[in-house]
Amino acid sequence: MTLTITRSGRRPAHTAPSARWRSRKVQGWLYAAPTAVIVGVLFIAPLALVVWMSLNRWPLLGQATFNAPDNYLKIGDNPLFIDAVLFTLKYTAITTVLLSAVALGLALLVQDRRPGIGFFRTAFFLPGAVGFAAAGLLFYGMLNNDFGPIDPLLQALHITSEPVKWIGTPNMALFSTIALVLWRFAGFNMLILLTGLQAIPTEVYEAARSDGANRRQVFTKITLPLLRPTLALMLILSVTGSLLAFDQFFVFTNGGPDNSTVSMVMVVYRDAFFRFDLGGAAALSVVLLVALVGLNTVMMRRLR
Amino acid sequence: MSRYLTLSALAVLFLFPLVWSGYASLEEPSNYLEMARFGEGLGTYATNSVLVSVMTVAGTLVISALGGYGFARFDFPGKNVLFLATLAILMVPYATILIPLYVLLGYLGLQNSLVGLSLVFVMFQLPFALFMMRNAFEALPRELEEAALVDGCGTFRAFARILLHAVRPALITVGLFAFLASWNDFFAPLILLNDGSSFTLPVAVVSMTQHTFGAIDYGMLQAGVMVMAVPCLILFIVLQRHYVRGFMSGALRG
Repeated sequence: MTLTITRSGRRPAHTAPSARWRSRKVQGWLYAAPTAVIVGVLFIAPLALVVWMSLNRWPLLGQATFNAPDNYLKIGDNPLFIDAVLFTLKYTAITTVLLSAVALGLALLVQDRRPGIGFFRTAFFLPGAVGFAAAGLLFYGMLNNDFGPIDPLLQALHITSEPVKWIGTPNMALFSTIALVLWRFAGFNMLILLTGLQAIPTEVYEAARSDGANRRQVFTKITLPLLRPTLALMLILSVTGSLLAFDQFFVFTNGGPDNSTVSMVMVVYRDAFFRFDLGGAAALSVVLLVALVGLNTVMMRRLR
Repeated sequence: MSRYLTLSALAVLFLFPLVWSGYASLEEPSNYLEMARFGEGLGTYATNSVLVSVMTVAGTLVISALGGYGFARFDFPGKNVLFLATLAILMVPYATILIPLYVLLGYLGLQNSLVGLSLVFVMFQLPFALFMMRNAFEALPRELEEAALVDGCGTFRAFARILLHAVRPALITVGLFAFLASWNDFFAPLILLNDGSSFTLPVAVVSMTQHTFGAIDYGMLQAGVMVMAVPCLILFIVLQRHYVRGFMSGALRG
């Protein structure tokens, strides 16, 4: 730094090469400084704060008072949360299995370059551009018994004889939400798998075929094992996304019928902004946070 | 041939909801007029959404381009820790830090503010954006920069005048992602904004349906869906080439 100060105490405007007027270390820091500020203030600080809040009685308005570990002990008495955990796990399991299967099927169908395939890739991928709130409202209208097109269509095809309660029973509400999620995310997951499929060298396939492997053997002995890292990435994204589901239930089923589709994050939201108990919501957040980081670590290790 | 039949049937399934929603919203064009008058008026919500998206995209691009260059070309103490801390944002559930962010933005005087919301979006975009930009700068030949430095440019001038142009595909990918995320996000504005006049489109349109439950106007609802979705669909198709290229190269190198 001292090298950069001239006798008059000012920085030289353009000594050639001026790149040397500060050490590379300081320059590197300057480029990274905005990142550091954002990460520090908006990520590290809230992480610390959520832990602190979970140790306090923290009403939406008014003074916070230290009450540890009450917020954590309360979690066990919250029957809605226990139900929400079970429901979210069930939703995550079904969604992840179906999403992986559909995305893999789509990726295999569109993996070869042939005429018109770009159109189909775009068609499957396009719903990914629609936000969850918009997609939720769209399905809400589409499945409506009086106005939506789905009931008349199914009746015309003699598949059903009367309007279906799409979000009127717990099972159908779950099924409809999963249909919405598949529509919205299958194309995105297909794209992830497509990058993995295209990274498999064609020679491997040729060698297998010349050894007399049939299509099923090629798929189970070559495609699937070589696709493993990409499948792992997709699984992690799908599991994390499903465990944290909120928008689809808030907009589409509104937690109903009868609180049967209340997800874990919805409980956090309700605790904070309907029961005005930010401390309790923070404790739930910390539990969720620890569980998810733990789960992600385990998944990454096992799936590698 | 049977493959094309399967593909066509699937394409109909995937495109049908969008086509139907567009059709349903247009059946009664007054739907759009009615929706435009809802609450503070469609203009206010659309302006809020545009402002938030523009600030998010600009902030994400500036911060991740500077950071990506710094991480790709310089060594400095704490570099690895900062990079890992940024990537850790991906590991931490979005929802769990929104409540402390709500409190924190209050301390900073940014509660219920579009600037505060944009900053939060920038933070959530940063892991992906920084990762993409670092890869893009690392992929550039060093000679490009050295030529500029020998000519007497400072590193910042080399960065701004030459290198930024060379990483344009990555900038477009990062910008598109930031736009889609900030335009479409529902949960963060729901929590961080509490004054109707500062709502963004997703919160406004959803609240429009939830206040009038029972007597809901589905044509108007689909008009709202279209207002939210059409800008995304257009951008998505127009920029598709860059986006897919950027995505594939980033994924493969990662």
